[in-house]
Amino acid sequence: MLQYLSKRLLQMIPLLLGITIITFAVIRLAPGEPTDLQTQLNPKVTVEAWERLRAYYGLDKPLYRQYLDWLWRLLRLDFGRSFSQDNRKVIDKIAERLPITIGLNVLSMLLIISIAIPIGVLSATHQYSFFDKFTTVFVFIGFAIPTFWLALLLMILFGVNLGWLPISGLKSLDYESLSFLGMMTDRAKHLILPVFVAAFGGLAGFSRYTRSNMLEVIRQDYIMTAKAKGLSENRVVYKHALRNALLPVITILGLSVPSLIGGSVIFETIFAIPGMGQLFFHSVMSRDYPVIMGILVLGAVLTLLGNLLADICYGVVDPRIRLEGRKG
Amino acid sequence: MIKQREKSIFWSRLSRNKLALIGGVIVIILFLIALFAPWLSPYDSGKIDVTRILEPPSREHPLGTDELGRDVLSRMIWGSRISLAVGFVAVGILSIIGVLLGSLAGYYGGWIDSVIMRFVDIMLCFPTYFLILAVIAFVSPSIWAIMIVIGVFGWMGVARLIRAEILSLKEREFILAARSQGARDLRIIFRHILPNALSPVLVSAILGVAAAILTESALSFLGIGVQPPTPSWGNMLTAGKDNIDIAWWLSLYPGLAILITVLGYNLLGEGIRDALDPRLRD
Repeated sequence: MLQYLSKRLLQMIPLLLGITIITFAVIRLAPGEPTDLQTQLNPKVTVEAWERLRAYYGLDKPLYRQYLDWLWRLLRLDFGRSFSQDNRKVIDKIAERLPITIGLNVLSMLLIISIAIPIGVLSATHQYSFFDKFTTVFVFIGFAIPTFWLALLLMILFGVNLGWLPISGLKSLDYESLSFLGMMTDRAKHLILPVFVAAFGGLAGFSRYTRSNMLEVIRQDYIMTAKAKGLSENRVVYKHALRNALLPVITILGLSVPSLIGGSVIFETIFAIPGMGQLFFHSVMSRDYPVIMGILVLGAVLTLLGNLLADICYGVVDPRIRLEGRKG
Repeated sequence: MIKQREKSIFWSRLSRNKLALIGGVIVIILFLIALFAPWLSPYDSGKIDVTRILEPPSREHPLGTDELGRDVLSRMIWGSRISLAVGFVAVGILSIIGVLLGSLAGYYGGWIDSVIMRFVDIMLCFPTYFLILAVIAFVSPSIWAIMIVIGVFGWMGVARLIRAEILSLKEREFILAARSQGARDLRIIFRHILPNALSPVLVSAILGVAAAILTESALSFLGIGVQPPTPSWGNMLTAGKDNIDIAWWLSLYPGLAILITVLGYNLLGEGIRDALDPRLRD
């Protein structure tokens, strides 16, 4: 396992390097310069001031130098300072928001797993039943629905019309004055809509994936053997089939990290949640280069870590992978 | 003869698939709506009427009016042109890039293959929307910017698909025959391999149109896509959010249009995939 892990970590290095190259290229090759915001909007800027600013940000150096300098700073976790009014360190700005985004995504992943897997299993074991057909329709709609629209509709229904749930932020204005129990319910109420919306797209994909895996596994010889032994239907389905059907689902969970984090931009903006997605959107709107670059790199690294975590889990539950790793 | 038989099997399978038929009908109707937008829309989509702002659906305005008194139905009809244009241009761009890089990787193999496929891996590490948003920050948002950006950052799936197809095709006898007759690489790729690898690309292109429409609407909703006053379903929903507590119709109908459109392309794409898949043939 240790050998397998170190091999996987080594494989990540060229990918990490590639991520920084693409991030740098996208930002530097895009039209405009980081200093534009400070210079173009200000007619009083002289040529000397402009050149001074360029030198300050290292823009007068050749591109490869700029890249290497930036990479060297990244290695020391120095993401630079934000261009915005507060001029804070990028790493601090991201650090205070990242837990919120990760927390929300973990919650929605848990929701996806706990709903999608039972749905997938039931529609596989009852193929072509009413339930199966109903979920097929649900899956198609789930794939086609714009997340932000779903969010709007739920906000109108539960926030505006019924008034049951708050539609923005993570806590109420009077949060500090609430009792501990009050604080918990306040938090929970604020989380229901965002977590559900974030999970919805994944729900469709996962239930479909579980269903097709399950259908494939049920046809395998060892399931036949288990049935022939005289095991009960439930035991065969939940003990023998489900375990094998769920293995590839772990990989898919890892692969869904980029779409979950990407989706955070949308739902955090809609629900006014102060997470990394919202920070990214605001930085894009104000052309805050250092923050944009920092979040691009970090988002991609999170994806890599998600895949790594999925691979490790896979290795833990599937002995075949583990043994292969030991051999080579 | 064989070609014809294949075709008739394809059409009979496709026409038996009810969901695919529904998808096809939706797609055709959307085409017609976009084509005849000037004749279909009851009002001028840009006509502002400050005396009739935010009116709920009525006989005169079947889907209500927006915050400037414009007719929502007319704006949605014109909006269908936007999503159609964005969907097809973006998918055109990403298909060209994907087919090109995928063919190079699959046909030549070796270091070319490793470089291109690692590039694909790296691009796929970035969370959805991230690269698109980063670039949009530096160009002024417009419908053209959106089309190009969605295309330029969306080709990775097509490249993987084409590469896999080519890997399985290039060792087949008819390719060896062409090569033994002295055909050049380019000729082999364009005349012999690609035509045989096109059906999965067609399916992924149709599904890609749906995905591009979803992305465009999300970006326009966030205010960095198609800019008002040009009506797009996404930017109409922005008005819906701004008036969320007083005008539900501004939020409901444009989103419904997106949902139905995306559903149509998805159903059609999946239907064609099932009809093409020889393993599913009875």
